[in-house]
Amino acid sequence: MNKVEKFLNSKFLVTLFSILLGFVVGALFLLPMGISPVEAYAKLFDGVFGSVRNMAYSVVYATPLIFTGLAVAFSFRTGVFNIGAEGQFVMGSMAACVVGILVPAPSIILVPLCFLAALAVGAAWGLIVAFLKVKWGINEVLSMIMFNWIAFYLSNYIADLPMIHNEGNAEATKNVQDAARILFPKAWLDALCPASNWGIVLAVLAVILVYVIIEKTTLGYQLKAVGFNRSAAEYGGISVNKSIYIAMAISGALAGMGGAIQLLGMGSRISIFTAQESFGFQGISVALIGASNPIGVFFAGLFYGALKYGGSKLNLIGAPSEVINIIMGTVVFFIAISHVFRFVKKRKNNKKGEA
Amino acid sequence: MDLIVNNLGIIIYATLLFTPPLLFAAMGSCFSELSGVVNIGIEGMMTIGAFVGAATGHYTGNPWLSFICGGLAGMLFGALHALATVKLNADQTISGTAINFLAPGVAVLMAKALFNSSDTAPLDSSSKIPTLFADAFTGGSVWDNFMKNVFSTYATTYLVFVVLVIVWFVFYKTRYGLRLRACGEHPETCDTLGINVIRMRFSAVCISGFLAGLGGACVTMATMNQFRPTSIVGQGFIAIAAVIFGKFRPQGAMIACLLFGMCSGIRVVVGSNAMVSAQLISMIPYVVTVVVLILFVGKAHVPSANGKPYVKAK
Amino acid sequence: MHNPHLDLNTVVVDMRNITKKFGEFTANDGIQLTVHKGEIHAILGENGAGKSTLMNQLYGMYPPTSGEIYIKGQKIHMDSPKKAISAGIGMVHQHFMLVQPFTVTQNIVLGMEPQKGIMLDMATARKNVEAISKKYGLAVDPDAKIEDISVGMQQRVEILKALYRGAEILILDEPTASLTPQEISELIDIMHSLTADGKSIILITHKLKEIKASADYCTIIRMGKYINTVEVDKVSEDDLASMMVGRNVNFKVDKQEQEPGNVVLDVKDLHAVDYRGVEILRGLNLQVRKGQILGLAGIDGNGQTELVECITGLRKATKGSITVNGTDIFNKPPRYGFEHGVSSIPADRQKHGLVLEFSVADNMVLQNFAEDKYSSRGIRKMDAVNSFTQEAIEKFDIRPRDCLNKPAGTLSGGNQQKVIIAREVTNDKDLLIAVNPTRGLDVGAIEYVHKYIVEQRNKGKAVLLVSFELDEIISLSDEIDVIFDGRINGSLPGKDADENTLGLWMAGGKADE
Repeated sequence: MNKVEKFLNSKFLVTLFSILLGFVVGALFLLPMGISPVEAYAKLFDGVFGSVRNMAYSVVYATPLIFTGLAVAFSFRTGVFNIGAEGQFVMGSMAACVVGILVPAPSIILVPLCFLAALAVGAAWGLIVAFLKVKWGINEVLSMIMFNWIAFYLSNYIADLPMIHNEGNAEATKNVQDAARILFPKAWLDALCPASNWGIVLAVLAVILVYVIIEKTTLGYQLKAVGFNRSAAEYGGISVNKSIYIAMAISGALAGMGGAIQLLGMGSRISIFTAQESFGFQGISVALIGASNPIGVFFAGLFYGALKYGGSKLNLIGAPSEVINIIMGTVVFFIAISHVFRFVKKRKNNKKGEA
Repeated sequence: MDLIVNNLGIIIYATLLFTPPLLFAAMGSCFSELSGVVNIGIEGMMTIGAFVGAATGHYTGNPWLSFICGGLAGMLFGALHALATVKLNADQTISGTAINFLAPGVAVLMAKALFNSSDTAPLDSSSKIPTLFADAFTGGSVWDNFMKNVFSTYATTYLVFVVLVIVWFVFYKTRYGLRLRACGEHPETCDTLGINVIRMRFSAVCISGFLAGLGGACVTMATMNQFRPTSIVGQGFIAIAAVIFGKFRPQGAMIACLLFGMCSGIRVVVGSNAMVSAQLISMIPYVVTVVVLILFVGKAHVPSANGKPYVKAK
Repeated sequence: MHNPHLDLNTVVVDMRNITKKFGEFTANDGIQLTVHKGEIHAILGENGAGKSTLMNQLYGMYPPTSGEIYIKGQKIHMDSPKKAISAGIGMVHQHFMLVQPFTVTQNIVLGMEPQKGIMLDMATARKNVEAISKKYGLAVDPDAKIEDISVGMQQRVEILKALYRGAEILILDEPTASLTPQEISELIDIMHSLTADGKSIILITHKLKEIKASADYCTIIRMGKYINTVEVDKVSEDDLASMMVGRNVNFKVDKQEQEPGNVVLDVKDLHAVDYRGVEILRGLNLQVRKGQILGLAGIDGNGQTELVECITGLRKATKGSITVNGTDIFNKPPRYGFEHGVSSIPADRQKHGLVLEFSVADNMVLQNFAEDKYSSRGIRKMDAVNSFTQEAIEKFDIRPRDCLNKPAGTLSGGNQQKVIIAREVTNDKDLLIAVNPTRGLDVGAIEYVHKYIVEQRNKGKAVLLVSFELDEIISLSDEIDVIFDGRINGSLPGKDADENTLGLWMAGGKADE
């Protein structure tokens, strides 16, 4: 009985329930448009699971989201709200792009170099914000929003520089060298999809790494202590400022890494943006759905990636893909108020107890 | 000299064009934050306001009615945020994030349902927010041109400053404002004095949504003449930044909004000359904000109870 | 002492058979309370006995689960403070209900603001505040901001708030917690002048002396249950104490005379500024020796907090020197002090002492999680942490016994304090600093904490005891220093201590006067 109750109150079930409600609300929007939700969701399901190719694409779509989700989750666990993952992602992506276009090197050197650049620049983008906070006490949410936009325009500016700009195409950079790509071998691509890449393997490694850092290491202990209770951490001899730097650097590096994987795996070039691509913001939802747990984030990332890819197929039956945003928003909304479900259950239990 | 005056006129015009949406939304943010509820859903509330304003404008042809409808649409999502955060004690950041998915999702979805496109149909000039004094100056001489530029701005520009004065008055000169600020600082105190914290916060978050919705409608009914999925992107967040920058006071937020608006204005003028990269110029407001914060502002007094749900023992 | 204003024929508050349940927990179980016009009625009970719960119901913060409340003979369903206020009840909460950035006037009128049209009428508000403060002899600066005035002043504002609302019945919840003996006697005078004006006062406290000094009747509550109502003049402090605790208590601490050894902590000419940048320590000198408890008495806000922060490395001093066993720890980070012999039981256990979200085991290694014993190459050795914690749980009787992996926040206040004491005592440092170590604990837990502090001293540790409870200082200390305005204003041996002298010094009186 106790186990059943525990399961009923578990975050996992609440999340599943929230997802279910998300689809219900999505259906409520589709109906008045004269679109059968059954048909739409069948299409969506088919778009994700209908073929190996679709599944492979879903994974490709999910990979960068797992990284930004990890970045945000890591920041949540260490007491910062990294709303700046967007900018760190963009900068990491651009760093990998510049290296991937300009540095003449064989794959074995070039790929790690691209990742290194992305990690470093993503971390630096996070560190600037941490520095502003530690040094001048500037609200990190505010400065992250600013640095998201600075990254956005800086990326556009760099993409426009003659050295990397694509002469033929006014709206994007050149493609990165083939040596910089991280696609699976040709035979695998034929079996899966043309964009399948090593990113997902790196994502799994990142999940394990983040899990170990948070749960098993003294570093994780220290960062969590600062996140939960700054004063107690300081009292315990933990340097709060150092912890903020480390946490933001790791979080930024994760987001930057996501940017590099999106580029080297999927995009191969960076377009001049007209609007933020929102990988970072979507990472916030992924972190929330995954309850800031690295393993939860992995599955939440897959879920979101699948919806994103499957959702793009909805247009085929005349259903707007925005229904995906409504579903995601609803899921997050119900997760926000999920404690209410649990409370209701508890009350019911109490009543039983009294009767 | 003439060129400078002319450009100055255009910059002022552009500043007055880009400031109102931000300032409406920033005042909305003030309401919510001062009452103790963090509202990062401002962005989404602006977006739905932008859509509903443009769409109702298209169908009714009545700009002011549509403008108000934009506000009401924002208010609807404000009420949703209030329901989650004030009534059900949800995490305010999570709820706000949800709103930022939901509201733009609904906006674009409805645009596709009604207009078969993610954009709404462009408004003709009679359905747009009117310009009040555009015909008062005929243009001709340099100064006349200057005045014509400055005064060709839309009615919402005048309105936003009127609303600013009203909001300031409400916050600092009325009972409601005093109680609202007290709720953001020390809700338990309010409770012991018979002030209904839940009701105060609920109303504040709803007003917050209304003002954000008006801000969104400014974009699609004055600055532009239609709704596009990219109409708002980021302006809600800039409005929030403006409020933090302005130390949670509407008059402070106004300065920040004018700064952002002016930078956008300069971009319009200088960007057309193409001497410097338009991208770098676009970056200016954000860099300036950070620099100004470092130099002058530093730590702001955040309302003490901001972000904390008020849970009453029962 | 007989109260001439007490009118036993007029009952103003009658609470009958009040029961209050929070879920499974019964906080009040059939409690009775009768208060008359002009009466000062004390409610006595340990922390957690249910005093505040009872008063919160009288004030309408939450309705009783069962039972009835009559005010001046009228039955009232008390479900909001608004109702209580209109019934003439005012409450001064233990944690002041004041909006810090607001002015005195704004705080007093909040919720009953005078208006002129749609505008606030602050001029009238100010006039009203001045009038009422004059009427009751409670002088305040109506334009001062709360964050700028002293705790005693803030208390006056709270009382004025109630009077402004026309309160006839005043509830004072632990009003003397941070006042000097002199301020306490002033407060008692104020209470008497209020009863002379026909007001009734309900005084919630666990301090027997104050009850004896002020109250007419006293109702005792123990573990949520009504025990008795007694006429204060007819009972002794010991009677009250044993009714409160349910057994005979010995407030005396057993302590053998002991010759102190070498100086462990040596603070010389210490200067430091507070968070506003105002100099708060102004050349403080202090020494604690081996095997000695040095009690630092003083009113909150005279530099105690900053002194402890300087010693533990949480605050940078501007000038002076601090050594432990001869090692200079002046302006060194917390870890350095810890490694050189400083351990401390912080004032605010929830803010500094514990990470409430962490398990008890994680909290036990807050300072030494990274030492070789508990980690290797950055990976934590959870087995070692757990077995160490389990040992401490047994030895220090931390409950519940299976709390090893439970978040510290789920433990009771007393058990949270035990976790901290277990950690600091097993750290086995030469200097132990204890700041208000018994604040908010019940009598059993207080005895427990005192026992460990004395035990540390007996073992030859140097103990610096900082406390706002003068009784605690007097009963534990070998030597007492009084801090006033950032300096030591006088000191005397513990056995010679008397409350009046200490109180005088605490208020700034000179030692040689």
